[in-house]
Amino acid sequence: MSKIDISSIHRGKKTNNFENETITLKVEDLNLFYGEKQALNHINMQIPQRRVTAYIGPSGCGKSTLLRCFNRMNDLVDSARIEGKILLDNNNIYDDDINVADLRRRVGMVFQKPNPFPKSIYENVAYGLRLQGINSRRILDEVVEKSLKGAALWNEVKDRLNDNALGLSGGQQQRLVIARAIAIEPEVLLLDEPASALDPISTLKIEELINDLKSDYTIIIVTHNMQQAARVSDYTAFMYLGELIEFGDTSTLFTNPSKKQTEDYITGRYG
Amino acid sequence: MKNWWKSGDPWIWLTAASVTLSILAVVGLLFLIAVNGLGHFWPKPVLEADYESSHLIGEIYDQETVAASQLAASGLTFDSDRVTRYLLKTGNRDLFGSDFHWLIADQFKNKQYPKDLMVIERREWGNFYGYLVAVKENGKVISEGKAAWNELQKRLKRTLKIYGWIREIEKSKIGSINASLEDLRLDKRRLELDHDNDPKKLAAIETQKAALLARSEKFNKKLRQLYFAMNRDSLTAKVMDGRVADIPLAKIVHAYRPNAMSLMDKIQFYGMKIWEFLSDDPREANTEGGIFPAIFGTVIMVILMSIIVTPIGVIAAIYLHEYAKQGWLTRTIRIAVNNLAGVPSIVYGVFGLGFFVYFVGSNIDEWFFSTALPAPTFGTPGILWASLTLALLTVPVVIVSTEEGLSRIPRSIREGSLALGATKAETLWRTVLPMASPAMMTGLILAISRAAGEVAPLMLVGVVKLAPSLAIDAQAPFLHLDRQFMHLGFHIYDVGFQSPNVEAGRPLVYATAFLLVAVIIILNLAAIWIRNNLREKYKALETA
Repeated sequence: MSKIDISSIHRGKKTNNFENETITLKVEDLNLFYGEKQALNHINMQIPQRRVTAYIGPSGCGKSTLLRCFNRMNDLVDSARIEGKILLDNNNIYDDDINVADLRRRVGMVFQKPNPFPKSIYENVAYGLRLQGINSRRILDEVVEKSLKGAALWNEVKDRLNDNALGLSGGQQQRLVIARAIAIEPEVLLLDEPASALDPISTLKIEELINDLKSDYTIIIVTHNMQQAARVSDYTAFMYLGELIEFGDTSTLFTNPSKKQTEDYITGRYG
Repeated sequence: MKNWWKSGDPWIWLTAASVTLSILAVVGLLFLIAVNGLGHFWPKPVLEADYESSHLIGEIYDQETVAASQLAASGLTFDSDRVTRYLLKTGNRDLFGSDFHWLIADQFKNKQYPKDLMVIERREWGNFYGYLVAVKENGKVISEGKAAWNELQKRLKRTLKIYGWIREIEKSKIGSINASLEDLRLDKRRLELDHDNDPKKLAAIETQKAALLARSEKFNKKLRQLYFAMNRDSLTAKVMDGRVADIPLAKIVHAYRPNAMSLMDKIQFYGMKIWEFLSDDPREANTEGGIFPAIFGTVIMVILMSIIVTPIGVIAAIYLHEYAKQGWLTRTIRIAVNNLAGVPSIVYGVFGLGFFVYFVGSNIDEWFFSTALPAPTFGTPGILWASLTLALLTVPVVIVSTEEGLSRIPRSIREGSLALGATKAETLWRTVLPMASPAMMTGLILAISRAAGEVAPLMLVGVVKLAPSLAIDAQAPFLHLDRQFMHLGFHIYDVGFQSPNVEAGRPLVYATAFLLVAVIIILNLAAIWIRNNLREKYKALETA
């Protein structure tokens, strides 16, 4: 199997220069253990602001685990233990005085399977705001509309905002969940394989959406699908067995990987 | 044959057969108690016949066929092997001593059903059967012969109306005066206990007391007048052995002539009797009248129990499932909770009596109701203790089903909420608990089913044969948690096994059993209806 024809996928995209980017998140020497087993091994990397950064790698390589470190979702796993730092605007999010709920407000997340709450579409989007004590109908109406438009769902649901969100299709549900996440205007948006449970058309919509959201949010996406990483991301990181093997500009990584393991993976020799 | 066996058909038949058997058992049981219980209220024809040397009037209440040898012991001999005998209800217990007789069917002669035979339902002594002779006012005959019947109905209506007024005054007016007097007595006692000899306060109490007594005297005077008016009329009637009895109208509930009734009359009468059964107080050691206090007591107790058990069970389950660190301790607690559900209910009754009534209750009395001592307020069995005991009995099922509900909430939903900046508590309140609410209702349904049918523990902690007043009434504070109450389950036991008149009580046992089943079904249906509404609202579990 030959290399992916990145030029056709990446048409019109320029090579990005990392030196010019503003840095939002800094990962410094991060280790994560599940009990005895080490799942992340000395990860060091920087996430640029208002860019799409993609993680690729075979199953079990730790890319989802790393993603869940950015909003401390791993706190929910009893056996997980973390060493090292992640700096968000130069504050370590693993410091003791960090309020996890506040952190998660700044770092939003969308999961692999759409997980709308069993409430109305409207209430799903308003959920995060209500948590912050915002109950004014006027503000909520405004934010719900803006978020649903932002997630490219407004036109499909504007007439049935009070219907149960579970009545939506899978693709619509995933966009609703994205709308729910952007309603509280986070700085960073974590996407954990957001299109893996969707059909090709819904996937395309999600990818277009990611492209639109990039202008306002720092986006980190985990994906199994290398073509998708190539299509949507500006920077790509390749992970293997809990280690960050290579990280760089997407076009460069796909066309001219510097590590042998990366090349093996993207040419389909394993994975 | 082998193929048939392998195909699994016998297995299907076996499973279907057990379902059929279960359904038959349940339907059969319901049918039995419904027929036996509800048939009782239908007006039966009254038979007049000659039997040996005597003349009989009565209802055929039951019949059975027995072996002749069985009756030989009582000195009777028969040509055939099997003999049919009737249970004849002759009523008139005041005149004949007993009102039921087993009699040999073949020896009834000149059977007839005269249209003018009269049945009188009395407040005392059970039914009366006989012929109306005359209606009297103050001992003077007003009407005789055919016209007497209409006169009787007219005057009976008046008497019943006066009876209603008397009950009204005795129950609510005099009752509330008595309650106020009791309050004053307690106020006085409190002053004594506090060594407060302030003559002003004492005088105030005395004035209030005098005012109350004056009001009470007014009502008593009124009552005397009403009683006098009610006792004005009476009737004379001839019974089966030719004696003539005098019955005051004040003692009569119904007077009717079943043999003269058309089908419509009978249906109407039946409806009235059913309504009376549902809405009236019991009479004659619970063997007559209605069972309203028992229905009311059962329902109130179950509702109180639900109010107590739901929060306790749900909160315990939330802690066990959401907050407690899972380990040997939580495992032990779960096992203990499950075992608790299997403890015989009488054990809970003993515990309730010892802990709630004697310990908690008497301490409450000492702290808050010391003025009433030595008469106990809460230190005696009552509806609160009964509800608490049953709540204890049913808390395991609520815990188990709530925990089950909590563990069925998908992890992704919790994560979705947490990822939006919700704390664990916010996630619980806004998302997890509403989604688990159908499971909580399931627990409550199971709890209600168990609690409503429970009798044994209640006998120790609050149920009585006859409660003079309901747990909720018009007197402040309206809900009287310290009162004892009547219960359908205990009523069945009481009427069936503790009653002085077993034959009269038997149909009521069936009717009460039927009603108990109906009450439980209604309570359950209400809970199921709520649960289905909740399910509809949070149906994520099925789709996610």
